[in-house]
Amino acid sequence: MFSQKPMIEMIGLGKTFVSKNSHVKALENINLSIYEGEIFGIIGLSGAGKSTLVRCINYLERPTEGKVIFNGINLSKIKNSELLKIRQSMGMIFQQFNLLMQRTALENICFPLEIAGVNKKEARKRAYELLEVVGLTDKAKAYPAQLSGGQKQRIAIARALATKPKVLLCDEATSALDPATTKSILNLLREINRSLGITIIVITHEMSVIEEICNRVAIIDKSRIAEIGDVEEVFIKPKSTIAKQLVFSGAQHVESFVGEDKCRIIFDGRTSFEPVIANMVMECRAAVNILYADTKDIDGKAFGQMVIQLPKDEPSKRRILAYLEANKIPHEEVI
Amino acid sequence: MFSQAVINMIGKGILETLYMTLLSSLLAYILGLPLGILLVVTDKDGIAPFVILNRILGVIVNIFRSVPFIILLVALMSFTRAIIGTSLGPNALVVPLVIGSAPYIARLVESSLKEVDQGIIEAAQSMGASPLQIVFKVLIPEAMPSLIMGSAIAIITILGYSAMGGFVGAGGLGTIAINYGYYRNQSDIMLLTIAILVLIVQGLQEIGTRLMKLSDRRL
Repeated sequence: MFSQKPMIEMIGLGKTFVSKNSHVKALENINLSIYEGEIFGIIGLSGAGKSTLVRCINYLERPTEGKVIFNGINLSKIKNSELLKIRQSMGMIFQQFNLLMQRTALENICFPLEIAGVNKKEARKRAYELLEVVGLTDKAKAYPAQLSGGQKQRIAIARALATKPKVLLCDEATSALDPATTKSILNLLREINRSLGITIIVITHEMSVIEEICNRVAIIDKSRIAEIGDVEEVFIKPKSTIAKQLVFSGAQHVESFVGEDKCRIIFDGRTSFEPVIANMVMECRAAVNILYADTKDIDGKAFGQMVIQLPKDEPSKRRILAYLEANKIPHEEVI
Repeated sequence: MFSQAVINMIGKGILETLYMTLLSSLLAYILGLPLGILLVVTDKDGIAPFVILNRILGVIVNIFRSVPFIILLVALMSFTRAIIGTSLGPNALVVPLVIGSAPYIARLVESSLKEVDQGIIEAAQSMGASPLQIVFKVLIPEAMPSLIMGSAIAIITILGYSAMGGFVGAGGLGTIAINYGYYRNQSDIMLLTIAILVLIVQGLQEIGTRLMKLSDRRL
């Protein structure tokens, strides 16, 4: 789906904030390659350093250690004027949208083009094209104050795409939006990724956002990368404590569920028309108790997880585990 | 009620006052606006930090702001004479008015520009905007309503300062009020000048408020 050519490489990246009486290590020894055309997620709890990390990619924050290589260019080695040029090939969107309040939607989209020195007529033409991409042609003359959150983010996306960037950085871009709007913005991002081939980096604290659109994910915890991998892989078999915590999210305390012989079943996109649990119960002729369930249907596919309590008697228990194994349903016993 | 001579005098006073106020405001903004921008831009969290310059500018501004205008007026008399040729009349008062109000304007501009959301500035930086582009395409346009409101405050303050010029024979309504109301105890003329000053202030504030509302797109 995407090439193996790294678009962005972070090597031994570190950032320490120095103030009068304290040194705060926001990032430590980050090594990360992001490939051309992929949607890469960076997830972590607040304060983990993910926002600093994304700002190091376009050097809004200058790393104190290591380097960032963008498209083969070492960003720490170039002049400031060249850095400004490079930033034009990296779009960025924000949690608070950060639109210019005194400009109309159209003028906002023209803004990065003005900065890049594109003439006014051409900029307007391009801005109208982008309004079409984000589906807001009727809002060209509206000021941001007249738009809803989702519309503002669409304009912000159009603005970020104006200079035809290679990368789009999304810093908590859906965190201020309601679930339905979040979904539509994520769909738009996926569409842009597909149609324009643009590499997207998504920063979020919500696992659902990662599941929804990302190909790969890096989990940041306490300024370091705790885990990197394909989203499915991390989702099915989280290795680090923090990954487990994020994957479980709602069920952080699965370990504390009463009873023994618990088993976590993962729904990783099999068809949602298949009654997995019911079939299992009928075939194994053993009752299970559902302790926790969090599943959803995305385009007819089931995603999520369930924690069940296995029967006490060994034969039934073995039958169920064998059934899960045989039907290739990802699961793990939780002790 | 008032003789033609008094009316003519008041008329001339109004024109002189407006002339001094508006000319001084214009010149003070030519000095104060860049100074205010520099204070914001060179701040340690600004878009082009230059802490030493920022400190020096801050101290200079504070020094001028800590001298009461009436004293600055007297202290600058020989300087005024050196550049205008006289220390009397409206033109002479423009010199201390500009010097006295430019630092004040710089602070007003500074506080207006600091109201601009840091996130918007960051967005502009992420697009590769230079500090100069940020000043002219982001800071000033985004702060426009606040800058307009600030200018109404500044012009009204300068109007007040110009009346103090009455003590040193600067002309304008201030001189009339002091000469007639204070030295000759003709309180009717003084009250008239006060009434006119009140009307001018009301008018200026009204214009400022309307322009601010017109320029504000945040609804």
